[in-house]
Amino acid sequence: MNVPNKSGWKPEMTPGDGADGGATFTGNRGLMLEEKLIFEIAGNDTTGVDLPEQDVDAPVRLGGLERSAAIGLPGLSEPEAVRHYTRLSRQNYAIDLGLFPLGSCTMKHNPRLNEKIARMPGFADVHPLAPISTVQGGLGVIYELAEWLKKLTAMPAIAMSPKAGAHGELCGILAIRAALEARGDARKVVLCPQSAHGTNPATAAFAGYEVEDIPTTAQGRVDLAALEARLAVGGAQCDVAAVMITNPNTCGLFENDFRKIADAVHAVGALVYCDGANFNAIVGRVRPGDLGVDAMHINLHKTFSTPHGGGGPGSGPVVFSEALAPFAPLPFVEKTADGFELIEEETAGDHHASSFGRMTAFHGQMGMFTRALAYILSHGADGLKQVSQDAVLNANYILRSLQDVLHAPYGDSGPCMHEALFGDKGFAEGLSTLDLAKGLIDEGFHPMTMYFPLVVHGAMLIEPTETESKAALDQFIGAVRSLAQRAIDGDMSLKTAPNYAPRRRLDETLAARKPVLAWQEPASG
Amino acid sequence: MRYLPLTDSDRTAMLAVIGAPDVDALFVDVPPEAQLDGPIHGLPMHASEMAVEQHMRRLSKKNLAAADAPFFLGAGAYRHHVPASVDHIIQRGEFLTAYTPYQPEIAQGTLQMLFEFQSQVARLYGCDVANASMYDGSTACWEAVSMARRITRKKNAVLSSGLHPHYVSVIQTMAKFTGDEISYSAPNLDAAPDYGAMLDAIDDDTNCVVVQYPDILGRIGDLTAIAEKAQAHKALLIAVVTEPVALGAIMSPGEMGADIVVGEGQSIGVGLQFGGPYLGLFATRQKYVRQMPGRLCGETVDAAGQRGFVLTLSTREQHIRREKATSNICTNSGLCALAFSAHLTLLGEKGLRQLAAQNHQLACLAAERLAAVPGVSVVNDSFFNEFAIVVDGDARAIVRQLADQGVLAGVSLGRLYPDEADLAGGLLIAVTETVSESDIDALCSALSSALSSGLQEKLA
Repeated sequence: MNVPNKSGWKPEMTPGDGADGGATFTGNRGLMLEEKLIFEIAGNDTTGVDLPEQDVDAPVRLGGLERSAAIGLPGLSEPEAVRHYTRLSRQNYAIDLGLFPLGSCTMKHNPRLNEKIARMPGFADVHPLAPISTVQGGLGVIYELAEWLKKLTAMPAIAMSPKAGAHGELCGILAIRAALEARGDARKVVLCPQSAHGTNPATAAFAGYEVEDIPTTAQGRVDLAALEARLAVGGAQCDVAAVMITNPNTCGLFENDFRKIADAVHAVGALVYCDGANFNAIVGRVRPGDLGVDAMHINLHKTFSTPHGGGGPGSGPVVFSEALAPFAPLPFVEKTADGFELIEEETAGDHHASSFGRMTAFHGQMGMFTRALAYILSHGADGLKQVSQDAVLNANYILRSLQDVLHAPYGDSGPCMHEALFGDKGFAEGLSTLDLAKGLIDEGFHPMTMYFPLVVHGAMLIEPTETESKAALDQFIGAVRSLAQRAIDGDMSLKTAPNYAPRRRLDETLAARKPVLAWQEPASG
Repeated sequence: MRYLPLTDSDRTAMLAVIGAPDVDALFVDVPPEAQLDGPIHGLPMHASEMAVEQHMRRLSKKNLAAADAPFFLGAGAYRHHVPASVDHIIQRGEFLTAYTPYQPEIAQGTLQMLFEFQSQVARLYGCDVANASMYDGSTACWEAVSMARRITRKKNAVLSSGLHPHYVSVIQTMAKFTGDEISYSAPNLDAAPDYGAMLDAIDDDTNCVVVQYPDILGRIGDLTAIAEKAQAHKALLIAVVTEPVALGAIMSPGEMGADIVVGEGQSIGVGLQFGGPYLGLFATRQKYVRQMPGRLCGETVDAAGQRGFVLTLSTREQHIRREKATSNICTNSGLCALAFSAHLTLLGEKGLRQLAAQNHQLACLAAERLAAVPGVSVVNDSFFNEFAIVVDGDARAIVRQLADQGVLAGVSLGRLYPDEADLAGGLLIAVTETVSESDIDALCSALSSALSSGLQEKLA
C-alpha cells in the first residue's frame, strides 16, 4: 500500500501514532473521502450528456480549420460527476459549516432566497444585448439597487458595471484621473496608507500613477500631520492626484479625522477615494458622502451578502460625488417617461460626452445585483442599521474577550469597528500566528486573516460579522483562548497543526519553485 | 430579522462584557455629525421572505426570457443548455459559501477544482498553462494586452477589426490612461476576415496583435501567418475566443501559434445572466507564466507526503507585490469556473465535439434558410454557430419590431457600431443547440414580412 500510483500520489494515510486506527486500504477515513483528478478517473469516450451523434454528411463551413487532433478532455457520466464534485466539496470549509472570521472579507451568511431569485428565468435566462423593451425588469433591478446604494452612501451618482472590488477601485481612480485631466492637470501620485489592501497600490499603478505611503499613527490611523505635510510639497504645483483610504480601516478602526483628511485633500485640488471593503461596519448608520468622499466602491459580495463562491464572482459598484459624476463609465441605466433606458455607446450621445469609457463588455454582475437587492429589501433601512450595529458589537465582544491572552495593539484606544486586530507579541519563541491559525483549523474554524495589515507584527484580523450567534462566538473565543495559551506556553505540538484536516500543512515553497499548473499524462512505465 | 441571530438579551450580556452602556458607545470614534439618528429617511423597512420574493418575481416577469421566444442573440454571450447537475454542484454550500482558498488544508475542494479547470482550459485553448479565471472575456483581453506590454516593453497594440467592439472599448479606455497606442478600425462586411491592413500595421514597435477567433461577424480565419509576422517583430499574438464551444470543432489558437489565448467562458456552464457574472479565461506559454495576471493553482505535497494543491506564484499578485503586481485583480470568477469545469466534465471530449457539430449543423441550416429570404443576404463564407446577414434597411429597427412580435432576432451591428453607417443593415445571428428548426422558420418568416412591409412603406 505504500507504492505511489501513476500520478505520484501515495494512497496511504497520514502516518500517525496509531491512535487513529492506522491505515485503510482506500486511503479514505470514514466520511473523509479521497478523490482523484478527473483526468485520472474519466474515460476518453465517456459523456454525461445526451447529444446526437455527429452527422458525417452535414455541410461544413469551418474555413478548413477543423480540429482533428485529440483535445484531451476527460468526461464523466452524471452520477460520476455529481459524486466527484460532491466529494471535493466536502474538503472545503465554508460559511455554511461554521464561523469564518476572515478580517476585511465580511464572510456573512448567504440567504438562500437570494439564490432562488437569481435563478428566476426572467433574470438568469436573459441576454445582455436583448432589445431594451424586453429587459425592463432587468434594468429595473439595476436602477432600484443603484438608488439604494446612492441613498445608503449619500452619493449622487454610481457606476454599476465594475466586476469586483479591485475593478471598482480601478473605476474610481480612472474617474479621478479623467476629472483631473479634464482640468488639464493629471498629476502623478496617489497616496495610500501603509495599512491599505494590496489592491489599492496595484490599482493606482495600473491607472498610471506612482504610489506613495502615508504613515500610520501609533493609534492605528492615518497620520494627518504627515499627510498634510506631503500635500504641502510643491505648493501650488501639488502632484498628488488622490488619496485612497479604507474606512473603517484595516486595523478595524474608524478614521475619526476623515472629514479633516478630505478637506485637506480637496484644498490642494486632489480627490478622495474611499475603499468601501469595510462598509459593513457602518451601513445604515454612517453615510460616506457626509464625510467628503469623491468615489467609493461597494463590495456587494461582502456587505450585501452575495456568496464568495470560493473566490468570486464579486461585484463592485462605485458611487461618485458631483465632481466625478460626469466621468462615470458606460453603460448605466436611466429612468425615462417610457421606462428604463440603457445608456451605452449607441444611446450616450452628447450629454454623456465626459464618460471615461467602458470597463467591461456588458452591464455588470446582474446575478449579484438580484441577490444584493433581495438582501437589501429583506433588511430594509432599519435592518441594515441593525446589521452594522451587530457586526460591531460582535467584533468588540471578541476584542474584549481575548485581549487578556492576545496582544491587542489598539485595544486601549477605544472600541473597534467590525473587526478586531491582534498581534503575536507574547507568543513563545518558535511559535507564530501561522501556528495559532492552523490550530484553529483543528478546532473546526476557519482561521482569521493572518499577517495583514502589515503594520502589526504577526497580525490576526478577526471579523465575525453580524450573522454569528452568541453561542458561536463563545465557542470560537474559547478555542482561540486555548490556542493563545498554548502559544504563550510554548506548546510546540501546535507546529504540526492541522492534524484533522483533509491535508496537513502544504509545501508552498515546492509549489512555487517547480510550478505544476496543469495535469500532465504520467510518463509510461 | 431572520438573518440576525442575536437577541436583545444577548446584546445586553455582550455589552456588559465589553463594558459599554449601549451600542452607540461603540461608535464613539465616528463624529456625531456623521451619524444618523434613525434609519435612513425615505427607504423602506425590512420585509418578509415572501414579500421580497413577490417583488422580485414581478420584476423578473417584465423581462422576456430567452426560453420563451425564438432566440438568436450572441455577440459574445451564448445560450446553451446547462445540465441540471451543474447548478446543483455550484449550490453545494461548501463551494458556494467558501472564500478564496488561502488556507489550503481546508480548501482542497476548491483548489483541486481549480487545478482541473486550469488543465481543461489549457487543453481547450492549446496552451501550456491557464490561470484560475478573470472577471470576463473583455477584462481578460485587456489584461493580456497589458501583459504583452510588460513582456515586450513596447507600447503599440494592433487590434483586428474583427475584435468585439466592447472589448475594443475596454482596451481603448485603459489605453487613455496608460498611454498605449492602439491601432484599430471597424470591420467591413466581407465574406472572410481581411487581415491585410492589420498585418501591414505590425512593426518593431508593436507589442501585441489581438485577433478574435471566430471574429465578431463569426468568420473563421487561420491565425498562423499573423503569429509568424507578430513574432518576427517580437510582438505577441493574443487570440480572443468569445465562444469556447467553437473549439470543439475548430483548431485551437495555441495550435496556430498564439502566445496568449483569452476569452469568455460564459457559454459553458454559466448561462446568460443579463451580462454577468461571466468567466474570463486566460492561458499562455509556460515561459510567460510569471508575467500572468490572476491566481494560479499548483500541485504540491503536504507534510505527510500526500498530493495537495495550493495557490502559487503569488509573488506576482497585489497582496504581496502591491504597486508592482502584474494585475490588481483579487476576487475573480471562482464559482463560474466551477460551473464551466463541471459542465465541460459532463460533456467530455465526446460531448463537446457532438455539441459543437450540432451547433454548426443548425447554423448551416439557418444560414441556408435565411439566404432564401428576399431582402436578406448572408455575409460569411465560414462560421461556427454565428454569422452576419445584411438586410435592406436599419437592422436595429427590425430587431425592435421583431421583439414586439416575440422573436429575439439577433444583435444588430448598429447597436454595436452606432457610428458606422455602412454596418447599419448588419445583423448577427447565433444558432445554438437550443434553437429548433421551427424557431429558424419563425425567424425567417418574421424577417420576411418585416422586410416586405418595410419595402412597401418605402414604395408608398
